[in-house]
Amino acid sequence: MNEPILEVSDLKVSFRTYAGEVQAVRGVSFQLNKGEVLAIVGESGCGKSVTAQTIMRLIPTPPSVIKGGSIRFNNKEITRLTDKEMEKVRGSEMGMIFQDPMTSLNPTMSVGRQITEGLIKHQGMGRRAASSRAVEMLKLVGISNPEGRMNQYPHELSGGMRQRVMIAIALACNPKLLIADEPTTALDVTIQAQIIELMKKLSEQMDSSIIIITHDLGVVADMAQRVIVMYAGKVVEQGTVDELYYDPRHPYTWGLLRSVPRLDSSREEELVPIPGTPPDLFAPPAGCAFADRCAYAMEACFAADPEPTRLTRTHSAACWLLHPDAPKVERPVLTGGAAR
Amino acid sequence: MSEQPILQVSGLKKHFRLGRGSTLKAVDGLSFAVRRGETFGLVGESGCGKSTAGRTIIRLYEATEGEVLFDGENVHRLKGSKLQSFRRKMQMVFQDPYASLNPRMTVGNIIAEGIDIHGLYTGKQRRERVHELLRAVGLNEEHAGRFPHEFSGGQRQRIGIARALAIEPQFIIADEPISALDVSVQAQVVNLFKKLQREHGLTYLFIAHDLAMVRHISDRIGVMYLGKLVEVTASEALYAKPLHPYTQSLLSAIPIPDPALERTRERIILEGEIPSPLNPPSGCPFRTRCPKAMPECAAAMPELKEAGPEHYVACHLY
Repeated sequence: MNEPILEVSDLKVSFRTYAGEVQAVRGVSFQLNKGEVLAIVGESGCGKSVTAQTIMRLIPTPPSVIKGGSIRFNNKEITRLTDKEMEKVRGSEMGMIFQDPMTSLNPTMSVGRQITEGLIKHQGMGRRAASSRAVEMLKLVGISNPEGRMNQYPHELSGGMRQRVMIAIALACNPKLLIADEPTTALDVTIQAQIIELMKKLSEQMDSSIIIITHDLGVVADMAQRVIVMYAGKVVEQGTVDELYYDPRHPYTWGLLRSVPRLDSSREEELVPIPGTPPDLFAPPAGCAFADRCAYAMEACFAADPEPTRLTRTHSAACWLLHPDAPKVERPVLTGGAAR
Repeated sequence: MSEQPILQVSGLKKHFRLGRGSTLKAVDGLSFAVRRGETFGLVGESGCGKSTAGRTIIRLYEATEGEVLFDGENVHRLKGSKLQSFRRKMQMVFQDPYASLNPRMTVGNIIAEGIDIHGLYTGKQRRERVHELLRAVGLNEEHAGRFPHEFSGGQRQRIGIARALAIEPQFIIADEPISALDVSVQAQVVNLFKKLQREHGLTYLFIAHDLAMVRHISDRIGVMYLGKLVEVTASEALYAKPLHPYTQSLLSAIPIPDPALERTRERIILEGEIPSPLNPPSGCPFRTRCPKAMPECAAAMPELKEAGPEHYVACHLY
């Protein structure tokens, strides 16, 4: 199972704006194995969506520029493909689910046409075959009366239904990779539970790999096998869910875990917010980007950016505290899994 | 419970006429009381009427039926100077920190608007009060001269809170005050709410859909579904022993940031979605999705009754 389908190495993406260059992604490396669910977490503006959209080459150039690094997907170098070649990959091998099902479906096209569009274009299916496949997909994502829904328009559906339609579109061509960017953030919790369950079931059935981008650490614990924590355009820690929740090593990961209340924790526990705000990516700091907000920051942290330290085969973190000469610090009590 | 509650809502209804004879019953018979100094959380999914309830209580909307007693006075009957003095006692913090601050006013003038309307302070005193408020919410004095667009979401929410505090209210209705913020910033704002409550003895009505956060901040919680309260109890009891099938499924739907626990947790997944409030089901509104629905659920809406000490539930099972 440990066959990588996607390998991102040292990816750097910038945006050219009138105010200067925003370095949104500053050297991100990770790999995704076949059939695996990987979560990317971090605050808004940390570069998680830009990373995902760059993998699908969805951000127009200009303003975005891939400054360096490589994205190898299914034996293809994504960064070097022409737009035409990329279009093929996008329709048949990758699928994407966006956060906002209200704005990411075409309001002027029926649900049926939006699902069959990709099938006809990328799989060379006839109209009739595509249409029956679309009905099958709608049934698969749990939409009742799929034949009737085919002729409806997005505004006739609820938020949860639209998200199901989006999943149907993304999965219609049996993609090897599904990228879900905050797929449940706009949904109510009972609908979120339905959609998560659906995504888990479908990825097992179709053997697709999933990258899920979210800020909800509960959703991560529920869905993912591995997690990447991003901060200011870099990966600060990555590992299996168990490593991240029970043995987190980066102070930013500690901060994330301590700032959310758990449904099953004591109410007396204080939430510990991370003070301050993320740095300006027009001029990222020379040292560790988190140093300014970090309670454990040392002189070295402001001087140089730490490289990731390998802790286990799957777990690494980029923090000077992991340097052999660094003082030993006691990890704070976490409201997350490590609290127990 | 000898002391009179600060807020007593009884049989509150808010219906919107939509024309062509259809009526949207956004809030349909809400009754609960909030005690002085406590935080009462109102939770439910989108469209359940929790925001409308908040807005009707503070009289941004006129009630269709029922009454809201604040300090023993019927809010919807107040006029003139009495209404003005009520407005001083109850304030609101809104969900969207981007839309609820006037972009053309400086932060200082936004915060002082209530002070000016109620004629509390002028000149130097007014300025000092604004600075004091800015410090109280974790901003600083220089921010008074800036405009809302210069601030981040979390900072804007602090400005909204400072504005609500400016006229020294006793009661604050916070309508999804943290939903638009990043997780690490949510904790900052929640801690601020808690600190201000300790310092000023405030009473909160905290409206939100994030049950984990509501449980963290509230003393008691009311759960709403389709315009009705289905369960009201202390927040510890609501988590430890939820009685209503809707509360049970709501709690089980929330993922907990603990992978080992998540692997073994049984989840009640509800079928379908919330029915349209334009055409709600007969009897109990939850019966169409309820795993435990019985024939009698279609016949009559169960009353909210005491099923345990201080634990109220509206369900035919109890």
